Amino acid sequence: MSATTAEFKPFSRVMMAQNVAADIPEGWYVNLGIGIPTAVADHVPLDREVIFHSENGVLGMGPAPEKDKIEPWLINAGKQYVTLRAGGSMCHHADSFAMIRGGHLDLCVLGAFQVADNGDIANWATSENDTAPAVGGAMDLAAGAKRLWVLMEHTAKDGSAKLVSKCTYPLTAMAAVKRVYTNLATVDVTERGFVVLNMAPGLTFENLQARTEAKLHLPA
Amino acid sequence: MINKIVQTMADAMADIKDGSTVLVSGFGSVGQPNVLIDGLIEQGAKDLTIAANNAGSGHVGLARLMELGRVRRIICSFPRSSDPVVFETLYRAGKIELEIVPQGTLAERIRAAGAGVPAFFTATGVGTKMAVGKEHREINGRTYILEDALFGDLGLVEAWEADRWGNLTYKLAGRNFNPIVAMASKLTVVQTQHIRELGDIHPDHIVTPGIFVDRVLHVPYGDPGGF
Repeated sequence: MSATTAEFKPFSRVMMAQNVAADIPEGWYVNLGIGIPTAVADHVPLDREVIFHSENGVLGMGPAPEKDKIEPWLINAGKQYVTLRAGGSMCHHADSFAMIRGGHLDLCVLGAFQVADNGDIANWATSENDTAPAVGGAMDLAAGAKRLWVLMEHTAKDGSAKLVSKCTYPLTAMAAVKRVYTNLATVDVTERGFVVLNMAPGLTFENLQARTEAKLHLPA
Repeated sequence: MINKIVQTMADAMADIKDGSTVLVSGFGSVGQPNVLIDGLIEQGAKDLTIAANNAGSGHVGLARLMELGRVRRIICSFPRSSDPVVFETLYRAGKIELEIVPQGTLAERIRAAGAGVPAFFTATGVGTKMAVGKEHREINGRTYILEDALFGDLGLVEAWEADRWGNLTYKLAGRNFNPIVAMASKLTVVQTQHIRELGDIHPDHIVTPGIFVDRVLHVPYGDPGGF
């Protein structure tokens, strides 16, 4: 494997976030999940008006505050301090989730443990017997947003595939994912299954397939 | 003259019964009625069902209430927190029941209770273990599951401003579950940072009208701390 690994350069975390950010057009209402997806906002220029939503009732989030300008009453769903852009607004939790569940968000970007080629996503528990599973808003976001994109490493830390023909972890939602951005590729979920849109520089389709349990397709 | 403002914690917590379902607002420590939770600890009601987004942190507030063995069951979306040691210990020992609810379903179950809607269909959780044992129905080609409203015997709320009629405003992310908890509870008790004269809160700015509020306690503690 090392011989082939040397031939390509995976996307860095920053580049992964940039890849997602580049595909978000002005005017979209977007929720970014906790973890790597949160970094996507840093790569959308402020003059491209994308409106970021957070589950705890924040619409129109801006960049993180400078240390001496923290507003202790303004946090996001990851419980980090945030800012509001001009035009930002607050609402209560049921209205905030009405934005999600009512299909008003153009896009949600989540991390995941596994994505299947029918769009199933597993991102909240790695066992049926998790001691105290914590789901948060993931199921609402996955079922409710107009589009669900996943941003994650292509394979797990132990090398096992995360793009699979069937999720083995407990599901978050069925047939929900439209696109997956990884450190190796960008892949659309279509009726044919996974279709590869983009690969890390130097990576071959065969090499990508070798790191993917589900069958990959090239664009028609 | 209507005056919902109470002067003491004992008055705020009067007549809370064992076995109550208590809806507790808050997301992180922002908009979380910590002083009222301490009041409930002091008041002594037990065999409680607590519904809250999180299951407490450290050994204070909700975690303390659980540690004292006063909570039979917790309904929440995210039992993990920065320091969920009390909950996890009790849960592993089988000393507390846990009902995990997707966060939006939790909010909507509370809102529905406040609006007199006993149950509703939602797409959230379909095909997951949240759907096991629930009624499924196909409506306009999509599958939904039936979720029950979540009524509170007691609701604990933190407001930014309140007047003697119980009209409330909130500050920024401090709003979170507060307005729906106020709507869904038979007895809604509020801690507020500021007391205003009747008429001083602009009608357009009132978020929770006083009809949803029973008791108001002035607790000017300042800004929320860590999470």
